[in-house]
Amino acid sequence: MASARAKMILGRVAQAIPVVAGVVVISFLLTRALPGDPAAYFAGPAADEASIAQIREALGLDKPMIEQFLIYVADLARGDFGTAISTGQPVAADLAARLPVSMELTLLALLLSCGVAIPLGVLAATRPGTWVDHLCRVLVTAGVSMPTFFTGIVLIYVFYYLTGIAPSPIGRLDFIYLPPPHVTGFYLIDAALAGDWTTWAGALRQLILPAVTLALFTLAPIARMTRAAMLSALGSDFIRTARAAGLARGKVLYGYAFRNALLPVITTLGMVFSFTLGANVLVEKVFAWPGIGSYAVEALVVSDYAAVQGFVLAMALMFVALNLVIDIAYALIDPRIGLS
Amino acid sequence: MSAPSRRDFLKLSGGTIGAAMLPFLKALPASAATGDVLVVVSGQTINSLDLHRTGTNRSSYQVAVNCYDRLVSFGTKPAPGGGLSYDYSVIEPELAESWTISEDGLTMTFKIKSDATFWDGRKVTAADVKWSFDRAVSVGGFPTVQMKAGGLQRPDQFEAVDEETFVITLDRPSKLTLPDLAVPVPFIINSEVAKANATSDDPWAMEYLHTTPAGSGAYKVAAWQQGQQLVYERNDAWVGGPLPAFQRVVVREVPSPATRRALIERGDVQMSFNIPNKDASELDAKEGVDVYSTPIENCIHCLCPNFNFEPFQDANVRKALAYTIPYEAIFKTAAYGRGAPMWGGSAEINDTAWPRKSPYMTDMVKAKEHMEASAFASGFEVPLSISLGLADWMEPTALLMQEAFGQIGIKTTIEKIPGANWRTAALVEKRLPLHLENFGGWLNTPDYYFFWAYKNGHLFNSSNYLNEEIEKLVDDTLHIAMDDPAYAPNIKRMFEIAFEDLPRIPLWQPALNVAMNGASDYEFWFHRQLDVRPLKQVTA
Repeated sequence: MASARAKMILGRVAQAIPVVAGVVVISFLLTRALPGDPAAYFAGPAADEASIAQIREALGLDKPMIEQFLIYVADLARGDFGTAISTGQPVAADLAARLPVSMELTLLALLLSCGVAIPLGVLAATRPGTWVDHLCRVLVTAGVSMPTFFTGIVLIYVFYYLTGIAPSPIGRLDFIYLPPPHVTGFYLIDAALAGDWTTWAGALRQLILPAVTLALFTLAPIARMTRAAMLSALGSDFIRTARAAGLARGKVLYGYAFRNALLPVITTLGMVFSFTLGANVLVEKVFAWPGIGSYAVEALVVSDYAAVQGFVLAMALMFVALNLVIDIAYALIDPRIGLS
Repeated sequence: MSAPSRRDFLKLSGGTIGAAMLPFLKALPASAATGDVLVVVSGQTINSLDLHRTGTNRSSYQVAVNCYDRLVSFGTKPAPGGGLSYDYSVIEPELAESWTISEDGLTMTFKIKSDATFWDGRKVTAADVKWSFDRAVSVGGFPTVQMKAGGLQRPDQFEAVDEETFVITLDRPSKLTLPDLAVPVPFIINSEVAKANATSDDPWAMEYLHTTPAGSGAYKVAAWQQGQQLVYERNDAWVGGPLPAFQRVVVREVPSPATRRALIERGDVQMSFNIPNKDASELDAKEGVDVYSTPIENCIHCLCPNFNFEPFQDANVRKALAYTIPYEAIFKTAAYGRGAPMWGGSAEINDTAWPRKSPYMTDMVKAKEHMEASAFASGFEVPLSISLGLADWMEPTALLMQEAFGQIGIKTTIEKIPGANWRTAALVEKRLPLHLENFGGWLNTPDYYFFWAYKNGHLFNSSNYLNEEIEKLVDDTLHIAMDDPAYAPNIKRMFEIAFEDLPRIPLWQPALNVAMNGASDYEFWFHRQLDVRPLKQVTA
């Protein structure tokens, strides 16, 4: 059984290779296809043609495209993502610094939204047409239809500006705290490891508003998918059989129906996670969160080739890894998959 | 240093941080009241601590201003629109104690303050100045161009005669040289520290100074988390000017203007730097928040008709444009009345004041007359290009113009160009037939503005304008002293030609808006970045 699973995982990894290769080529070509000229941009406010040419040479952009590509691939093979000119740091270092920032926010938001959405979905499915179902529908509709930056600003207005309950929305930590020593890059984990509970509480306070904003947004697809999956599971033959056999209500609901309904929920969760990670730029901007989304947008604005390519590649790798994890999770939940 | 550990942080601040941090671990307003700490929010990111590096963005120039010294600096005067402003006409010592300029204007001798030291305690010497100037003229890109504007081009122009004497030799005398030494670019680096961290591939220590400043300035960098914050810590041994009031300054990056506004209104931060015009006009009406809107010297928002586009070669068409623009409505809508109008000036040019109002105003009768008199009386179509990066003022301006131009038969479509492509399209390729532009010169003389914006082929002449007389006038005037008898007549003639030929139609002089809540003595600088040195706390 173990070898079958290993084989499946290896097979999935092998399938990912062409995907990654394709991403490398496409991200390279797409960044070059942007009409912006980084040399003109980075030559600064008062540049003449000579200095623009100087910069172009320094960036290696005077070389033919194919040569630039080969250099890029050779660097990648050595694990070198290049240097982001907009930050002056290796792209890998930038990503390593910013990815945990976004991850911490996204994971907490997902935890929050799962904690609300899954029970809500289950309840709505077991009591269709009641007030719980209607509440679920209202939340889902509101969550989807309100843009995150709007929810974010409303939350800031109410909880910070009007009532002063929330701390100043100026990033991951108020400046009165020092960031905890770097271990994982997740402030909550690092502060806990260091045993610094003041900083831990400070980091959590900063996290709450942006996490709630994101949670409201991600709540919708999860709750809707849970409800639908539960409804179809509850309507299926094996549940009728289980009920007819006189199994306990809890056993039927959670032992059989819920376990089967989890599959599509996990798929949705995976999609929502990877989507949110890259796409929560608006929340990051509103809450001054130095995450990976704002990094990518800033890099795009200035045509910073290395940074954009690095971001796209990192996200592609994440997607591939995530899909792999989801496949494995499937195998754990559903014995029919991956073991035969 | 982008992700400093707690230990680095303690080390950098010389061990005093433990005591200094104590008051802040309570509530923030309490710490603000003690007046030791200033918290500033800004929408821009600081991407390097070294201005000379390729790719360093504008907001990073503040590090060169606050952490490094130059030989000289500018004086201070009251600013139009409240607050203070730097004074272009007064040069003050910073690291130099005194200086002399030879009779022929070719040799400048600077005496360096004998008590000036770098942060590591070493004395500032002429050799450091030479190394820093050599670096600025050698690294290429923006710093080298800016040095050239003051006639500083080659390392052999700089000489360290002895420890405290530094000599600059010029190829020709220029009124721009001394002011050019006071701009952020020629800052003085601790060359011993830099050389110790230089490599054969990187002789100017670009990698090292990018993250680790080594200067003699009023503030040291206590922490820099890129994309989050920069923390300045006062250098108590600073001799470049009066000791700053704040011991510690935190510059936080908060991209969303709405969040910045909430923070300044609640007084959790003392300063919000470079706020949108709309917020400035609304906050100005509120109690408690002081708003300073300083018209940016030597900067004008313009409409540029490109001479490559046939209809705009006709002077009557350009004048028709200038008479059609709804100036007042644009100034109110796009600028919220912040800044200074640049239209409706007198037709006669009696002085060299700059920026100056153009003699044009909204006058549809005259506009139609000029259209009739042109070879394009039946009208034409043209795209009106704007940058998405500057959409806050360009978009409303373009929309109002589009409507007005329609009335004289010029049908425009608004073309929005992404910020990254704007420079290439507008300034480098100069291919936009009709577009908005906003050049501002650091050195505040009209001839310097004309040099960049009216001389053919120069970067900000995005209209492809060529006038032989302007070429000659600018070349003749650029370096002569402002009290030279030829100066005033030359400048007046430039103004006349510029308003007659209209390669740039002035709209208004934009403002730099800053909101303060609990701090005072803000000073505007031509580089439009935050100078934290003169700021003082307000005692409640």
